[in-house]
Amino acid sequence: MKLIIKGNKTKRKRKKLSDRIADVIIVLFMIFVLVITAYPFLNVLAVSLNDASDSVRGGIYIWPRVFTLRNYEEVFKDSILFTAFRNSVFRTIVGSGLGVISTMLVAYVISRKDFFARKFVAGLFAVTLYVSGGMIPEFLLIKNLRLINNFAVYLIPGLIGVYYIYIVRSFIDGIPFAIQEAAKIDGANDLQIFYKVIMPLCKPVMATVALFYAVSHWNSWFDTYLYASGKDSLTTLQYELMKVLNNSNTAAAGSMIKAKANTLKVKTVTPQSIRMAITIVATLPILIVYPFLQKYFVKGMTLGAVKN
Amino acid sequence: MKGNIALVEGESPKNNKNKSLKKTLYKQRYLILMILPFIIWVIVFKYIPLWGWSIAFQDYKPKPGLSMFDYPFVGLKHFINLFKDPMFYQVMRNTLAMSFMQLIFGFPLPIIFAILLNELKGIRFKKLVQTVSYLPHFVSWVIVAGLFTTMLSNDGIVNEILLKLNLIDSPISFFAIPKYFWGICTSSEIWKELGWNSIIFLAAIAGISPDLYEAARVDGANRWKSIWHITLPGIRDTILVILVLNIGWIISIGFEKQYLMGNSLVQDYSKVLDLYVLEYGIRLGRYSFGTAIGIFKSVVSIVLLVSANKLSKAINGKAVI
Repeated sequence: MKLIIKGNKTKRKRKKLSDRIADVIIVLFMIFVLVITAYPFLNVLAVSLNDASDSVRGGIYIWPRVFTLRNYEEVFKDSILFTAFRNSVFRTIVGSGLGVISTMLVAYVISRKDFFARKFVAGLFAVTLYVSGGMIPEFLLIKNLRLINNFAVYLIPGLIGVYYIYIVRSFIDGIPFAIQEAAKIDGANDLQIFYKVIMPLCKPVMATVALFYAVSHWNSWFDTYLYASGKDSLTTLQYELMKVLNNSNTAAAGSMIKAKANTLKVKTVTPQSIRMAITIVATLPILIVYPFLQKYFVKGMTLGAVKN
Repeated sequence: MKGNIALVEGESPKNNKNKSLKKTLYKQRYLILMILPFIIWVIVFKYIPLWGWSIAFQDYKPKPGLSMFDYPFVGLKHFINLFKDPMFYQVMRNTLAMSFMQLIFGFPLPIIFAILLNELKGIRFKKLVQTVSYLPHFVSWVIVAGLFTTMLSNDGIVNEILLKLNLIDSPISFFAIPKYFWGICTSSEIWKELGWNSIIFLAAIAGISPDLYEAARVDGANRWKSIWHITLPGIRDTILVILVLNIGWIISIGFEKQYLMGNSLVQDYSKVLDLYVLEYGIRLGRYSFGTAIGIFKSVVSIVLLVSANKLSKAINGKAVI
């Protein structure tokens, strides 16, 4: 492998000038993309780790000037924010677990060519990709089912992302059917085949889909806003962050964090620095998990897209 | 006589059919068990809302003890009101403007990015760029809106750079100038999804045979020429598929970024269809009116999708959906 790369390099030395100019332009463009994408995150991280009263002076870019963990302490000391964090974590874990299992089950059954109602069931799910009832009928349905201000509203209505069924199904289609037949001859029933044969072989696609579910559960705020804003105990991290963002945008007085900053006579925290700390708390889990899953989801994305 | 024979003949296959159906049902009982809860789920959460469209043709006011059938049928009243509402045209203008900006700028950029990324030689650097560029896709709009308001604030980095370059004399309040909102929205969408949207094109490029590039090089083609004559034609079909899908979704650009970044100063430019539904339908309790907007949106989407699909058939001889 190394030899081949070296060979390429010597070849490149003899390359045309125009190609070398192209290389430079491309690398510069990529550096531009890198900076523009990474800078906002690094800046927020730096401000969140900087003393709040010092941050007000400005001039913090990607490195904190007066390092402190005070902003984070305030975030986790606040009982509402802590509840929000706990709810988000719980909802993400349970919601993605349920989502992955459900998606696997549906995808498996409609991948079985011998299933008697396969076309009908596949069609039933496929239609929902193109038409949906819209915001009001869904709102009324949730209301009629008495799911408002109920934790179940986070888990049940959005149980399955229908699109993911197709990603999983095209993965299962790639597994030779003979394996399942062999299991059947060995006396396994369909449930056992699913659990003992299909699931272990589907680990990569399950990881991909789990990431997608986790991200959407972790990131959602609108369902809290619409269906669970009446109960503080059901709040989520993104929803709280949204409230802080709205408040600092409109500079409305009386926001929880502003009030807090005022009671602490010495201004050791500001709404701004708290906002930065919450942003980092809300981003970190994804930052940690996703590079490990990257190779899976890239495959999963292209697999699903090509098939569709 | 003939009738009798027919009856006898007709009966036995039916019996057989019944029997074989029962047999299949029994044989596939586990599969049925596995799918049944989700069939119920999809009917309740995806099909009942579709049935709920009927309230757009009624004067629906939720009252305990009344079912959907108890409200009078009012025909197209709510649709007519919708088309009479001047707000509707403003909202449509904003929706279409932002969608088209997204299509015009947001569609070619991931293609260009994917092509250039593919030309990058250092594997480590390539991997780093990819990893970083996918990242914003995974954070919520709440966070992206927060980052944008920070970067574009009066003492944010963008104003700072513009001031240092002497391009402006005093900081620009980006979020207070209505005209800028469409641009901010489009750039935030591009910033968030550029890397992610390039994945599919990268995969398509990876599928092009390396022999073609080799041959082009032998023929004396430089980088730009091989991009133009090999890479682009090689991913033409993928480009077309994604374009058709994007056109189909043109009217459903969502509302999250508009909701999160908008404010009272820019609302004439920031309000989109879904926010209109949220405000009139849910906050003011005008459910029938809100549903009518939703139906209008779905119908337009489907018409757009079907026409884009027809267009792709005409150009490429291939349907996308």
